Amino acid sequence: MEFFRNVNVDWMGKAKYFVALSLILLAVGWISILRYGGLRYGIDFRGGTLVYVRFAGPAPVNQIRKGLQDAGLANSSIQTISDNVLNGNSQNDVVIGIEKKGEGDEALDASKQAILDVLHKTFGTANTAGKQDFNSITPSSLAAYLTQKDPFSLGTNANDRYNQLAQRLTNARDKDHGGIVTNFDDLKNLDGATPGVLAALKDGFALDNFTIRDVEVVGPKVGAQLRRQAILATLYALAGMLLYIAFRFEWVYGAAAVIAVFHDVLITLGFFSIFHFEISLTVIAALLTLVGYSMNDTIVIFDRVREDLRLMRREPFAQVVNKAINQTLSRTILTSGLTFLTVLVLFLMGGEVLRAFSFAMVVGVVVGTYSSFGIAAPIVVLWNKYRGQGTAARAGSAADKRVAAGARR
Amino acid sequence: MNSQLRWKFIFIAAVILLCIYGLIGVPTFPTSWSQIKQNLADRIKLGLDLKGGSHLVLQVQVDEAIGQRCDQAVDQITKQVHEKNITVGEISRVDDTHILVRNVDPNTSGAFRDLVNNQFTDWALSPAAGEANGYVLAMKPSIVADIRRDTMDEALETITRRINALGLTEPTIAFTGRGDNEILVELPGEGDPTRAKSVIQAGGQLELKRVVDDQTFPSESAARASHGGVLPPGTEIVVGKAESTQAGQPTQQVYYILDRAPIITGQDLRGATPAPSSNYPGQYEVRFQLSTASAARFGPFTEANIGHRMAIVLDHKVYTAPTINGRIEDSGIIEGNFSQESAQDLSLVLRAGALPASIKYLEERTVGPSLGADSIREGVRASIGSIIVVMIFLVIYYRLSGVNAVVALALNLLILLAFMAYAGAVLTLPGIAGVILTIGMGVDSNVLVFERIREELRSGKAPASAVAVGFDRAFLTIIDTHVTTIVSAVFLFLFGTGPVRGFAVTLVIGLLSNVFTSIYVSRAIFDWHLSRMDRQAGLSI
Repeated sequence: MEFFRNVNVDWMGKAKYFVALSLILLAVGWISILRYGGLRYGIDFRGGTLVYVRFAGPAPVNQIRKGLQDAGLANSSIQTISDNVLNGNSQNDVVIGIEKKGEGDEALDASKQAILDVLHKTFGTANTAGKQDFNSITPSSLAAYLTQKDPFSLGTNANDRYNQLAQRLTNARDKDHGGIVTNFDDLKNLDGATPGVLAALKDGFALDNFTIRDVEVVGPKVGAQLRRQAILATLYALAGMLLYIAFRFEWVYGAAAVIAVFHDVLITLGFFSIFHFEISLTVIAALLTLVGYSMNDTIVIFDRVREDLRLMRREPFAQVVNKAINQTLSRTILTSGLTFLTVLVLFLMGGEVLRAFSFAMVVGVVVGTYSSFGIAAPIVVLWNKYRGQGTAARAGSAADKRVAAGARR
Repeated sequence: MNSQLRWKFIFIAAVILLCIYGLIGVPTFPTSWSQIKQNLADRIKLGLDLKGGSHLVLQVQVDEAIGQRCDQAVDQITKQVHEKNITVGEISRVDDTHILVRNVDPNTSGAFRDLVNNQFTDWALSPAAGEANGYVLAMKPSIVADIRRDTMDEALETITRRINALGLTEPTIAFTGRGDNEILVELPGEGDPTRAKSVIQAGGQLELKRVVDDQTFPSESAARASHGGVLPPGTEIVVGKAESTQAGQPTQQVYYILDRAPIITGQDLRGATPAPSSNYPGQYEVRFQLSTASAARFGPFTEANIGHRMAIVLDHKVYTAPTINGRIEDSGIIEGNFSQESAQDLSLVLRAGALPASIKYLEERTVGPSLGADSIREGVRASIGSIIVVMIFLVIYYRLSGVNAVVALALNLLILLAFMAYAGAVLTLPGIAGVILTIGMGVDSNVLVFERIREELRSGKAPASAVAVGFDRAFLTIIDTHVTTIVSAVFLFLFGTGPVRGFAVTLVIGLLSNVFTSIYVSRAIFDWHLSRMDRQAGLSI
């Protein structure tokens, strides 16, 4: 099976359209960024408090808002999120965020406590009944409770049995019921969950209809520090790649590759703003992935250009580049297509935690593939034209010859 | 099969076996399917973002420890100057590392300089600017650095002891290596870190001090006024723990005048245990025992002070100030309206020792177990699903050679996971990003090679030489792309923080194994296939 054979497209002749397209994408994205007053940083980089709550049914947003207002937390943000892109209807999950409240770390901790208090006061049935909430109990506490209740009447022979039972019960809660059990009888099919055990559970626990899934508290100073460090690490990595490519090819290839990658990151950031995604530490990992991916794509083309330059000494440089892109087109489409497929599946099925990450990858794979022939290659062509080296005959540099010699060996 | 090829396959088989053993053969050799699953779960360590748990970053306020050293020096100099009859004016602490001594009598300034130079070698002495006969003592930078290091080491040890005493599973306590004076505490599986946080943060500084005048005061000024506005030398005012005696009643603040020097400190403790309170039913108290050496001091002290009060001070607050009824040898009780859990925690903190300086929390992330379970289930399901789709496509597109690519990809993943298991690396969400990029580049390497072989076949080459040329040509490209990415990953590892580092580690391992599988292994399979195939037959690609 084969998709492409003997393609003959004048890519460099269309370079101005590519550049125009890139400029439009950049402009749209960055107008959006400016309109929202800058990039939307996640809690990691901004500092603040974030509590991720799951309710047993659709999240009662208005009640939450009212509860927060009554507690003097009117400036908090409430965002419902769906568990899965494919069934966007379930709106059970809510993220409550509070921007940094004062500079002190105590203030941050206090705002976390305040959110939890509001939730318990508004929706908590457990505390009012004087019982513990089963949906937030840890395995060890549950084991201690069961050992004390001893529904199997094992006495001192209980050994590890209650620990294992507690582990199974919390596992069933977290894995099979998504963290919320709404009725103790839902657990009755579980190995070891005898009527006696269930009775003991009902006796000691109540079931709140919400559970805390994730809490993040980041001091503002740490946020700024993390932001600076992520940017620095990325810049150093880019510089390292520039040096290596400059050493293997020519410096203009290195510069072109880095500019193209930079272009990819800027466009992806623009898309992040348009689609209201926040930039978190995980997203940084995604951006790094797309940098690596786009760089890979660019080098494959450059490598072919270098090879073809030796065979086509009399042709115009632009034509050599065209040929290299055409020769590698089949591979480019195939690899990008497969990678795109992978990240698309991840975006659709990967769940909430991976959402922003896989979004960055979906955008990044497309932009990264396109920038290799749309941005990186034209830059090299333009540079050669500018230096008056329109034909391939004079384009070989010292580094090129060295590599060529190595390849022939 | 020629002997060179045979050795290649023996080597590849050895690598595969080693990887499989590394993943499922340890710690106990598996005899059942569930044992295999258990071993796999033990070997692939998941990060907190996938497993659930608490991640805390705290900062040790090291400057406090330095300031304390400065305070001690001020006290010692004051005492020494007095003993040596050196006449000086005010001795005061300027900041954490500087002491100002004013108006040193010119007749005794020689003696003063000798004193500082001989007995306070941690300090550099210089004339104070703008002060006649004034001197500044600056703590030497090497000493400051020593205190910093010692304080951090001690804080890490103390926190480790406390966390271990809490009995949580597999905690990680380490320096972050990031900003200044930061310690990272990771508590896997801990959905609510409130208790751990308060145990870590508790100062745990226990001191037993003599109460001056045996009385309490309603305010600081009242305490001062009782001595004509100036405190007796060597004493200080300490606030009492605010406790409302009855619910709803406003709390009554009390102040004590105490000796500055403690009779007993936390270091003198031999043990501490919680117990139901004997005086207040329903409450708990903490009973402590003293070491033999300190008991030898405590006995005579209590005997000499029968009928007087002694304050039990915890973290610069007076908890109780009981009257001494008789000689006490080696035990005491801290009362303070404790619940069973808080009494337990306090005795744990006392046993583990005091923190050398207070700490602040900079970061707290708690991933609930259900979220962790969700993200790993969904992430793994999506990843496996897409890998299978990719593999099916490769087989359809490249036919038999596609099978070759599938083998290379699968082996790549196997080596990546096994290497992570051997290296004890932790798989996090960003790590999965690294795995995805690895798979992407693995697919790419195979596609590069195959497209090149097709090209050579089209130009009329025989299968064997097309394969040889295809691999040779693609080799250069693959090396270039991989080295570039590895270079960037190394920089990310050197300059990045936690998650970025996790990404870099997985990526480097994945790319190295990819070079091995997509070039070495894939080539060997091709060569084997070519050696068995009819010379005239076409290659299935």
